Amino acid sequence: MAEILGMVTCSHVPSIGNALAKNRQHDAYWGPFFDGFKPIHHWLKEHQPDVVVVFYNDHGLNFFLDTMPTFSVGAAEQYTNEDEGWGLPALPPFKGDASLSWEIIEGLVQREFDVASCQKMKVDHAFTLPLKLLWPEEATCPVITIPICINTVQFPLPSASRCYQLGKAVGDIVQSMDSHLKFLMLGSGGLSHQLDGERAGFINKKFDQDFMHSLVTRPAWATQYTNLELIEQVGTQGIELIMWLAARAALSGQVKTISSTYHVPISNTAGGIMLLEHVN
Amino acid sequence: MKHPAIFGTTVFDGEQAQKGYPLNNMCFSFNALTNRQDFNSNEGQYMDRYELTEAQRQAVTNRDVLELIHQGGNIYYLAKFAGILGLDVQDLGAQQTGMTREAFCNKLLASAKA
Repeated sequence: MAEILGMVTCSHVPSIGNALAKNRQHDAYWGPFFDGFKPIHHWLKEHQPDVVVVFYNDHGLNFFLDTMPTFSVGAAEQYTNEDEGWGLPALPPFKGDASLSWEIIEGLVQREFDVASCQKMKVDHAFTLPLKLLWPEEATCPVITIPICINTVQFPLPSASRCYQLGKAVGDIVQSMDSHLKFLMLGSGGLSHQLDGERAGFINKKFDQDFMHSLVTRPAWATQYTNLELIEQVGTQGIELIMWLAARAALSGQVKTISSTYHVPISNTAGGIMLLEHVN
Repeated sequence: MKHPAIFGTTVFDGEQAQKGYPLNNMCFSFNALTNRQDFNSNEGQYMDRYELTEAQRQAVTNRDVLELIHQGGNIYYLAKFAGILGLDVQDLGAQQTGMTREAFCNKLLASAKA
């Protein structure tokens, strides 16, 4: 049986790519954020996942408004990155495994999640940067990746509760695979931030921290909120915390906190990083 | 669809997405360097290509972020336009809130202490 080792969740902002490109990981502004990954690096060396399922949101690199799927799953042998419009260096392609992806797609549709499947999929900073932060020393990402993209661009967005159920379904599918592969769940997004409108710069430390605590013992806590209620609490882009919910829901049973970091601000965003180990 | 109001927040729903389609479509094209160069060499001609409305053209010309959002612009696509102008999200935040960049950055730093 395939095993789920745990989940990592972290914020993504394009300027992390800029900080990496300019080697700013140790300066006063970025240091506390990058330091949050040190215990995770240690844990990854010890546990060596083979596959990472990445729950993330595309910001207009792969998907445009002409066709906007709610949930989409990559089914390719590799995924490529581009500069997204800002001239930042693109990261090397990420390894996929189409047959593993199809197993997940088939399992999801069987469980009534009617996802879009993508044999070609460009992956943006929300996908690439967390992986780079997990394996900063490796020239190319050393694991097989499975992208699961959740629409946070255009309303209606899937509810927090629905994303939680999606993650739970992915967890069930992986745990029923006849395989010796070790999986890690990755949720990329949040925490509170708002880029647009007169409310730009909105951050809600209290809610973010309550949310991070809830993931340990009451993982479905945030599913009580509608998306508009979440936007009110965490800002229009803070809604990306639904990626954390999906990743967390894939872990059934007990979890152990290996690492939890909260640092404000990174760019306009509250930066959160967590690693929860799957105990059983 | 009508949504309960949250201060300073536009819900990017179907109505906004339909209204903003030409503007967002142009911004989406800025993923490619050659398109960014084409825009830079002749903004007006480039906007013709994407059939922006008059109000959208004005907002682009004025670099007016709040008006771009009002005209259906989505911040994820607009960020690519901002990139062409050499602006980051702190610049956008400062402009939308009527603050200086420094004051906006200080506001972000202050939320760490909240």
